[in-house]
Amino acid sequence: MSVDATDIQTSIRAALPDVEIFLRTNPGPSGQHSLLVGNGDLLGVMRFVRDELAFDFLSNVTGIDWPDPAKADAVASDGALRSPHGFLEVVYHLFSTTKRTGPLVLRARTVDRAENCTIPSVVSVFRSAEFQEREIYDLFGIVFTGHPDLRRILMWDEFADHPMRKDYVAPDDYEYEPTPHGEVLERAQTHYPQTAG
Amino acid sequence: MSVEYTDSDRLLRVSLGPQHPSTHGVFRMNVELDGETVVKLKPVFGYLHRNHEKIAEGATYLSSMPYTDRLDYICPLTNNWAYALAVEKLAGIEVPERAEYMRVILAELTRLINHTAFMGFILGDMGAWGSALMYAFREREKILDLFEHLTGARMMANFMRFGGCRNDLPAGWREQVGTLVEGYGPFLDEMEKFLVGNEILLSRSQDVGQLPAETLVNGGITGPMLRAAGVSYDIRKVDRYGIYDRFEFRIPLGEKGDVYDRIMIRFLEMRESLKILRQAIDQLPEGDYVNPKARIRGFKPPVGEAYGRIEGPKGELGFHLISDGTPNPYRYRVRPPSFINLTLLEDMCLGLDLADAVIILGSIDIVLGEVDR
Repeated sequence: MSVDATDIQTSIRAALPDVEIFLRTNPGPSGQHSLLVGNGDLLGVMRFVRDELAFDFLSNVTGIDWPDPAKADAVASDGALRSPHGFLEVVYHLFSTTKRTGPLVLRARTVDRAENCTIPSVVSVFRSAEFQEREIYDLFGIVFTGHPDLRRILMWDEFADHPMRKDYVAPDDYEYEPTPHGEVLERAQTHYPQTAG
Repeated sequence: MSVEYTDSDRLLRVSLGPQHPSTHGVFRMNVELDGETVVKLKPVFGYLHRNHEKIAEGATYLSSMPYTDRLDYICPLTNNWAYALAVEKLAGIEVPERAEYMRVILAELTRLINHTAFMGFILGDMGAWGSALMYAFREREKILDLFEHLTGARMMANFMRFGGCRNDLPAGWREQVGTLVEGYGPFLDEMEKFLVGNEILLSRSQDVGQLPAETLVNGGITGPMLRAAGVSYDIRKVDRYGIYDRFEFRIPLGEKGDVYDRIMIRFLEMRESLKILRQAIDQLPEGDYVNPKARIRGFKPPVGEAYGRIEGPKGELGFHLISDGTPNPYRYRVRPPSFINLTLLEDMCLGLDLADAVIILGSIDIVLGEVDR
């Protein structure tokens, strides 16, 4: 059974009047409209929908990279909180195991794609976000403030970039690993002057 | 496996895996032990990571279909269905009745494969290395023969299409499924008889690894793991996707949620799958196996997003897709049940023996192709 995002927005507004929450209409045939929540109010809204509206199951947490904000507005329009230089977005799909409704789609946005790439972690409300937020941190580079153990999860620890970003450039040679061999061979050349030149 | 003593010389730090038979693939657990007792357990994965999502974002919608087979390679056909369902939601495609029946038959056969193989693996974890798995794989092979006859491939089926299936059922296939279903009940009876009262199984699995139902729901656990703890949440009943509302079947529930319940719930689920299969074979209508209006070439869903999910054999398998009107998905996300079911692995293992941790991991039923993606 699907949920009406407008009703949810009304009940959140009624209970938490100061919350920044905007309806984002989905133009596609799926009819899954979403609610964009301000970063400062994210944890409060999550707690409210879990405790008061019985959305006790956070199924899916996804990151999205929007270097071009116009595209983000095409997919989910009619909102506010626009950022001029692109941003990263996190989408939450919540369900209710008792009322058997869902999905309730919530979104949160970072300010930009560089320094201010943070979103509060919801692990304290929904444990299921623990590994999924780590994955988003790993692949998109969104820093979840308050996450108990924010480390890379799929890429190796020494890896520097965030491969799911749209402007990520894959290396020419995936197998290349820096080893001391090159330097050692160069130094070895000095012991064999007849082969050096 | 490497072993080192910690500073206090009391705790033993063991790196279990990634090459270890009981870890079901390349999966590592960093465990700290006080004697035999687990005091800390951190799963490490990513060894099979190939960034499935990034590759799918650079390909057209249809060309990701064969790639979904490789997520959970034990059950490719349910992966196909979940992806097809999400794209059908995204683009608003209708599926003809016959195709829906074919999908149900294939999904329930896949559930039989998964749960049967699970029985073999979990007994292997308990020390019955070989024979249980051999009998489980004997039955699995019969179903794989049917898949090969229908799709041309034993495992990498690549069979579903947006709006239906790739080809129609070959002559005599339906009758072969009927024969298989009739033979499967006696096999389950036999396997269950050997297991239910088995002393080793009882002592190794009872009261091991249970958590309160609220913790499991909060931790995002789905599938047989959740139902073994008594939470009645099966997406076939909740969403009634496809045509699952036409069949009579029940959702088996466990009581305690320990490893024993998780094993037994899979037996009961297989029996319910057989019920669904019998009804589906009887009711299978004539008609189109794919929606003739669905476009295959030049397929561009309208701008929008959709989240589609099914009850996979391991739990909720979902796909979140965003279309920007081009032939490639702007965002393609897999919600993998194996990955999220591992969230509470540490909580289940704390305070138990290291040998129990291996069995608890086995009872979660993971496939690393899906965990690492």
